[in-house]
Amino acid sequence: MTDVLERPDAKLDLKVVGTRPVRPDGADKVTGRATFGADLAMPGQLVGKIKRSPHAHARILSIDTRKARALAGVKAVVTAADFPDLASEEYEAGESASNLRDISLNCMARGKALYDGHAVAAVAATSAAIADQALGLIEVKYEVLPHVIDVEAAMAADAPLLDPGLFTQGLEAKPDKPSNIAQRNQLLRGDLKAGFAAADVTLERRYTTAAVHQGYIEPHATVAAFGADGQCQVWSSSQGQFMVRTYCAKLLGLESSDVRVTPAEIGGGFGGKTTVYLEPVALALSRQAGAPVKMVMTREEVFRATGPTSGAVIEVKLGAKADGTLTAADVVLKYQAGAFAGSPVGAGSMTALACYDVPNFRITGYDVVTNSPKVAAYRAPGAPIAAFAIECAVDELAPKLGLDPLALRMKNAVRDGVKAAYGPTFRNIGYVETLESIQNHPHYRAPLGPNQGRGVAVGFWFNVGGESTAAVNIGEDGTATVITGNPDIGGSRVSMAMMAAEVLGLPIERVRPVVADTASIGFSMLTGGSRTTFATGMAVTQAAQKVVADLKRRAAQIWEVPIKQVDWLGGAAVCLDPAKTCPDLTLAALAARSARTGGPIGAQVSLTAQGAGPGFGAHICDVEVDPETGHVTILRYTAAQDVGRAIHPSYVEGQIQGGVAQGIGWALNEEYVFDAAGRMENAGFLDYRVPVASDLPMIEAIIIEVANPRHPFGAKGVGEVPIVPPLAAVANAVSAAIGVRMTDLPLSPPKVRAAIDAR
Amino acid sequence: MSRTHVSATVNGDPVEFLSDPGMTLLDALRDELGLTGSKEGCGSGDCGACSVIVDGRLVCSCLMLAPEAEGRRIETIEGMADGSVLHPLQRKFLEHAALQCGFCTPGLLVAAKALLDAHPDPSEREARYWLAGNLCRCTGYDKVIRAVMDAAAELRQVRA
Amino acid sequence: MPHVVAAGSGFRQYTDGAAEFDVEAVTVRRLIAELDRRFPGFGEHVARRMAIAIDGEIHQDADDAPLDADSEVYLIPRIGGG
Repeated sequence: MTDVLERPDAKLDLKVVGTRPVRPDGADKVTGRATFGADLAMPGQLVGKIKRSPHAHARILSIDTRKARALAGVKAVVTAADFPDLASEEYEAGESASNLRDISLNCMARGKALYDGHAVAAVAATSAAIADQALGLIEVKYEVLPHVIDVEAAMAADAPLLDPGLFTQGLEAKPDKPSNIAQRNQLLRGDLKAGFAAADVTLERRYTTAAVHQGYIEPHATVAAFGADGQCQVWSSSQGQFMVRTYCAKLLGLESSDVRVTPAEIGGGFGGKTTVYLEPVALALSRQAGAPVKMVMTREEVFRATGPTSGAVIEVKLGAKADGTLTAADVVLKYQAGAFAGSPVGAGSMTALACYDVPNFRITGYDVVTNSPKVAAYRAPGAPIAAFAIECAVDELAPKLGLDPLALRMKNAVRDGVKAAYGPTFRNIGYVETLESIQNHPHYRAPLGPNQGRGVAVGFWFNVGGESTAAVNIGEDGTATVITGNPDIGGSRVSMAMMAAEVLGLPIERVRPVVADTASIGFSMLTGGSRTTFATGMAVTQAAQKVVADLKRRAAQIWEVPIKQVDWLGGAAVCLDPAKTCPDLTLAALAARSARTGGPIGAQVSLTAQGAGPGFGAHICDVEVDPETGHVTILRYTAAQDVGRAIHPSYVEGQIQGGVAQGIGWALNEEYVFDAAGRMENAGFLDYRVPVASDLPMIEAIIIEVANPRHPFGAKGVGEVPIVPPLAAVANAVSAAIGVRMTDLPLSPPKVRAAIDAR
Repeated sequence: MSRTHVSATVNGDPVEFLSDPGMTLLDALRDELGLTGSKEGCGSGDCGACSVIVDGRLVCSCLMLAPEAEGRRIETIEGMADGSVLHPLQRKFLEHAALQCGFCTPGLLVAAKALLDAHPDPSEREARYWLAGNLCRCTGYDKVIRAVMDAAAELRQVRA
Repeated sequence: MPHVVAAGSGFRQYTDGAAEFDVEAVTVRRLIAELDRRFPGFGEHVARRMAIAIDGEIHQDADDAPLDADSEVYLIPRIGGG
């Protein structure tokens, strides 16, 4: 057999994978025809809106909805009383287990409002104006409680407690008093004391980061219809239609076969749409009203009541020998979880030292609840924060050792055969290659002018595999449809089509990808974790391979030769029997006679993809600081990353550039600002300042390919690694430019100016 | 309160609709006229996803009240292609992969069109500052700017 | 017999602090069953809350994955992406 992926020699002769075709959903996206979450209208739909707590922490004493219900045009009013009171249960519906009770309480508060913006009731009415009026008529009596948002303040012994039933897990002795610290975890290796004793140079620093939001431009939106027979339809902008189905079913006590979720086109997610906020509420309203309910968040609601990621405090102590060998690291990470436990401090702990081969370390992570919105995943959750601290510390250590910052990293670099800080031995990683590519890049040697500085940083992310289903169906004219269950948040559907086209031997225009609803394709874990090209791509490729095997069987039947005398080449069956002269049978020819050779041609593959390859990135950033205003301009940015194999290089570059831009915003400007009452002061894009086109230069993305043998084309996940290095790359550059070590993000102009003044 | 009758021209066609008090032009385009290509990203004129061109001027339609459209000539993303022939900007966005989720794309395209209609030969810096009112969270703007500059070059040749 | 090392600390409540184990098992399914036999609740925790790295490759929900006598086996907390 010599199918495209089974050639005995390693080099694949690829016709489609690695090229840059126009994405098949492109025309709709550039003409405004693509249907996003808020673009759908169902006949007879009502408008749903949510009443939100104006207090950061309060007991809900009573909710009186009578006046709201009596208003003409109001068809439904719900509170927590309309949802089952779920037991605390970990359930895996997103990518990792979440507590169903917490998700339910976050969608609709029960007993307590835990942050300003926390949903306490919802209405559905015949117009937005009436819905708004109805919200005003709902009378909520609160007992306002002291609140706490700063992570260390929340950890203090006398902090106001969010949950009197929360006792810190992971300590040696079980605590007898409740706390806002939900969990403490630790990673240990070697002998910390001996490691520091062996060090010639040590460095100790404290770093802080603020809470930042994923900042997708499309607010959450859903249209939900609860049928009279209990069968539900949900249209939703989300990273996972199966996740939405599971949560809606669990939160409302429904069977998942009664909930059909269709994914809308999604206007950005970055992890923030890997959970639900509106869908269960819209369904509860629809059940009461007997009509579909459409709910769309305002931008203010997005900021106040969804995401963000943790603000954090990180303490780092590093020790190194005079020759630059790291001997010990002691890292403490304190992450805000928001109103319910579950910050990404675990992943932060595991990734903090992932790029370094350190023989002795202790990494301690604290997951701390705070009166701020429940944190949601944000692109490599937990990793950018930890990397910020480590990469700044390493950067500061380098001159103390008389070493170039990249040389110090190279000296301690992980490579194949080295045990990762989180345990297993690395295989098929491309970290060293990535580091070398920026070491040798002309950017690293370009001259700098006054008030300019250069910073470097590296980063790591695991990438995940998980469950995926794909179907490949052949039309009667020999064209193909590739069906998957993964919402396309960055152009992934074209990569699915490309992989199928490669295996089938078809031109890309004859392969159309479809993202299907939960009733039309088998289960798929959501889009996130940089998994789609890897795991769903694996399923797509295997399904296409099954189709090719079937096509060969049919050709063998037609030619009356044994199947091993049939090859699949260039989109056609080729007869290898020297005794026969059979003209090639193209896919179209075989499709035309499918009925006579066994029936319709198609295959579906469901799998749990294992062996996702971790990714590494190395970045260089040049900045110029205006000494009068403290404003930082990004002059130049180069980002190298090992991606395994770039299926569609343009979209790989796009992921790198987009992650870099988010990281720059995180470093320079983005932060949640709370007032004394615990309300977010900058809940809009004017004052929550994300990078705009004039803030950034071109971003050079360098693709390194060290194949992951587990994936049919060698691909590794791409999307998350790029956001990990920029926080430190920018901070290191600014520190170099002004000669003052910057340790507190964001590096907004007043902070930078103050640092300059204090010089 | 009664609704206001509004007559305007949208993408060259005469339209009429009834406006609720407080309805923005964006709401009218999306909900009354079924033109959902313009998007609401923020409702406060900060993200540019709702960008339209009114009497030749680039405007955030979320900042205009629907009755203000009376008698005006409005161009939206839906009017950019000529039938099914894409505008060079639309084509270049696709060639350069200048979109990922595509949500900000209609607003960016309309704003870029307004840029090239007024300034056919912008520098990269001018393009970046003109488009600073259109937020994109996915692309980092690199490929967007390349697409705009490439489309500008093609349009200059065609018009020359 | 595979030597199994568990990383992190969320599981220690089941194992009385122990983090390294020698376990006779030819598949992940058998490994989980044996760990649960020795430390009740631990196997369930591993199955639901942890990923398994076998010779450097991360597996999740991979009950049928084979284990060799000299396989390097690490149990690590499950990761969620964004």
